[in-house]
Amino acid sequence: MATSADSSELSFYIHIPYCIKRCGYCDFNTYTPLELKDDATLADVSQGYIDLLIEEISMARAASHATIVPTIFFGGGTPSLMEPEDLGRVIAAIEKNFSLADDVEITMEANPDSLTRERLAGYRATGINRLSIGMQSAATHVLKVLDRTHNPENISKVVTWAHEVGFDQISLDLIYGTPGETLADWELSLDAALALDITHVSAYALIIENGTKLAAQVKRGDVLIPDDDETADKYLLADNKLRAAGFDWYEVSNWSKSDSPCRHNVAYWQGKNWWGAGPGAHSHIDGRRWWNVKHPTVYRERIERSASPMQEEEILSEAERNREEIMLLIRLATGLPRSVLDSSQQQVVGSYLGSGDVEPAAWSQGALVLTQQGRLIADRIVRELVV
Amino acid sequence: MPAIPLAKAPQPSQTNPAQIRNFCIIAHIDHGKSTLADRMLGITEVVEQRNMRAQYLDRMDIERERGITIKSQAVRLPWRSGIDGQEYILNMIDTPGHVDFTYEVSRSLAACEGAVLLVDCAQGIEAQTLANLYLAMENNLTIIPVLNKIDLPAAQPEKFAQELAKLIGCEPEDCLRVSGKTGAGVEELLDQIVKQIPAPVGDPQAPARALIFDSVYDSYRGVVTYVRVVDGHLSTRDQIQMFSTGVRHEMLEVGVISPEPVPSKGLGVGEVGYLITGVKDVRQSRVGDTVTNYQRPTDKALAGYKDPRPMVFSGLFPLDGAEYPMLREALDKLQLNDAALVYEPENSAALGFGFRCGFLGLLHMEIVRERLEREAGLALISTAPNVVYRVTDDTGKEMIVTNPSEFPDGKIMKVEEPIVRATVLAPSEFIGAIMELCQQRRGTLLGMDYLSEDRVEIRYTLPLAEIVFDFFDQLKSRTRGYASLDYEPIGEAEGDLVKVDILLQSEKVDAFSAIVHREKAYSYGVMMTTKLRELIPRQQFEIPIQAAIGSRIIARESIRAIRKDVLAKCYGGDISRKRKLLEKQKEGKKRMKMVGRVEVPQEAFIAALTTDDEKSKEAKK
Repeated sequence: MATSADSSELSFYIHIPYCIKRCGYCDFNTYTPLELKDDATLADVSQGYIDLLIEEISMARAASHATIVPTIFFGGGTPSLMEPEDLGRVIAAIEKNFSLADDVEITMEANPDSLTRERLAGYRATGINRLSIGMQSAATHVLKVLDRTHNPENISKVVTWAHEVGFDQISLDLIYGTPGETLADWELSLDAALALDITHVSAYALIIENGTKLAAQVKRGDVLIPDDDETADKYLLADNKLRAAGFDWYEVSNWSKSDSPCRHNVAYWQGKNWWGAGPGAHSHIDGRRWWNVKHPTVYRERIERSASPMQEEEILSEAERNREEIMLLIRLATGLPRSVLDSSQQQVVGSYLGSGDVEPAAWSQGALVLTQQGRLIADRIVRELVV
Repeated sequence: MPAIPLAKAPQPSQTNPAQIRNFCIIAHIDHGKSTLADRMLGITEVVEQRNMRAQYLDRMDIERERGITIKSQAVRLPWRSGIDGQEYILNMIDTPGHVDFTYEVSRSLAACEGAVLLVDCAQGIEAQTLANLYLAMENNLTIIPVLNKIDLPAAQPEKFAQELAKLIGCEPEDCLRVSGKTGAGVEELLDQIVKQIPAPVGDPQAPARALIFDSVYDSYRGVVTYVRVVDGHLSTRDQIQMFSTGVRHEMLEVGVISPEPVPSKGLGVGEVGYLITGVKDVRQSRVGDTVTNYQRPTDKALAGYKDPRPMVFSGLFPLDGAEYPMLREALDKLQLNDAALVYEPENSAALGFGFRCGFLGLLHMEIVRERLEREAGLALISTAPNVVYRVTDDTGKEMIVTNPSEFPDGKIMKVEEPIVRATVLAPSEFIGAIMELCQQRRGTLLGMDYLSEDRVEIRYTLPLAEIVFDFFDQLKSRTRGYASLDYEPIGEAEGDLVKVDILLQSEKVDAFSAIVHREKAYSYGVMMTTKLRELIPRQQFEIPIQAAIGSRIIARESIRAIRKDVLAKCYGGDISRKRKLLEKQKEGKKRMKMVGRVEVPQEAFIAALTTDDEKSKEAKK
């Protein structure tokens, strides 16, 4: 790949597959204690889980030539359900097997419901230096459709505490296009987020995934899928407001202040190497992708008998790597190098230059960068380039 | 027992014409003809009880499933009359029952001296039966009126006996009453056939003359030709000659059907049987032609030979362009058995390579399409059917248009279209609805007669194009399924016709062009543009959809440009899934047709072209 991975580096994604309650829109690989065991508490089901992660990290050491870890990301599920010491043990295990880069970025996803000032201080003390808070919306009726239980006012409290305990990099996750959300609701959410002292915003259009509670509601006609044109308007509103507030877009759905993007996520898009530990986690090393068995119990069973938790792998062909590169780099503000495209693909780009979907200045300097309007049809452009 | 064991019955080529009776059964599709035929096979014992199966004579799956007889056949039935105790040979000639096959019916009738007019006594006579009855009367056939299904609780034999008596000019008491299902009255019917129908008359010493009334391709034996000998004698030792072409053929086998083929030494005057000559294509042995002896030919053909003329045209295209050679092969094979099917290659900008096919009518078209799909396993798109137009431009040059895309763009002096004489039979309560429909379809009322107190026969002239559209469908729905329709071509008439083109982003889509009456052009345009707006997915630019007559736009719609086509989220775990989705879309794209820059899914073409087709198919069953 053009931005080919530096094989001395390996990022880590650490999956925490637990939530107190499953949200209606979520199709992530996560489980509530009750889904795993009758009458169980979180402590029961998560007991010993950190040991399994530590075991997998030592497997990573044996399987990889990398020495330096530039980023770590705790995702889920709900990582903030874990005790700070437990996440600290994971970081320590990575540090023991590899060395952390001087400027290592360690992010954790956090649910405002499960945070206190004390816990935040505890997480910060483990070395975690970036916080990604699931705000989703400032409109109560929207949160209700999403099944989120937090009080929107808690967000501001959590952001204040986070600063107090020493977090400089704070990101808010927002979701737009929820059934029942108006353009005004969305503007309210954006304003609420921008009123806070944060460095980063991720804003996703809601995807109604098969098998979720929300999908069932849509199917029954209980809620209406929002119109694509209105969702497009919401994207434009977000991009305009965020940029006016000093946030730059660096990926289709991500904006950051003063050059503080999530370097971990950027590694995904640039085809760098990373190891995903935990059930269902995906990994990528030098054109080989694999993913772990999904269920925590099966995962436990594999690790306990020192077997690889991998469920399936794929070795990417040259053509597949090329397609991925186009598909991923086109989403970035740094763009897709023109050299990746053959002459007929460059001709396709020509028509999108004409329609105002591609930045002409960047193109003449050798990169395909999408305009605001072009970002909204990024998948279509990719299809036309690779299909 | 009046049945005669086959071995003891009079043998083919040695049967005295006075002992022969040739008859056919005229009946509507579900009035029980096949069941009655089955019963006759059983009573005369030509088929043993244990070998009997329903619709014994209908060979093709498609016939048995749809209950329609497409190809006629002739069965030799020995019978000892219960009236005079003498031995007879009855040749039952099965006739196709549908309007598209009128010509084949007329040849079957020409091979007979009499006809059994079979009417379901719960339903009464139907339009197609009436048309065939008139054909039989024109051929001077003796008609034996028979009411079938007398075992049904809803039977009204008195009422329909009146109706039949009025139609053929007999007494109601003359109508026989039978049940094909229980066998009641069938022996008496066989006796009456012997009694009422005249024996064939011919000159045994004259040069051989035999009428071809059917011709069937068999993959093992080549073409099997069914004939009725009028004069002279045909034998296995002869060389034969087709009168129309003068081509000579060897006679490989002669025989009769009883009801499996039984070879014989020959066929004499009045006899009905089959010939095998090794010919591989039914077009070399055409229905209506006269077979004669090559050494001693006749100089006088039997009357009535004509080439079947296709009346309805449609383009057939393989869904998968790679299947074009298979489609050609399948059509070639089908034509061996279907002299009426014509086709030539067609290249559509929208649908790729295919064939422009000509059919006798809509049912013929459906049967051909169904056989192509079923027997050759092809998936096909067919364009909307149209008729043949005679177009004269302003320089006086005349051209025949069988495809709307060939319709000239320049100034046109006149357009002529085929006209049919249509007969509708229906309960009288629907007169208003039927007349309204016929008026809307540019019909001219010819007359109306009451068949009985509450049933009428309504006659109209109509442009065939109007019937080809969805007339039958409409007729059935406006009469709650009670009306029946028959039509025959009677010539051509000038019409105020225009070609409507459909344009996507200013590009003409040839598959959607249609020739319609000027007054209907607007509604056709609106229908197609609306439909396409719903069927074509939004693309990154706005797509105008227009309907136009020449350069004049008569209807317009537009598909708004898509504004959002991006998945918001694409993190580590999403990458493989997203790439695979992309690869799947790549497969899907192969099935997209490009019209200019517009991607049109194949499903959109199919949906836009199958105008209520499925419904009308149901209605026709």
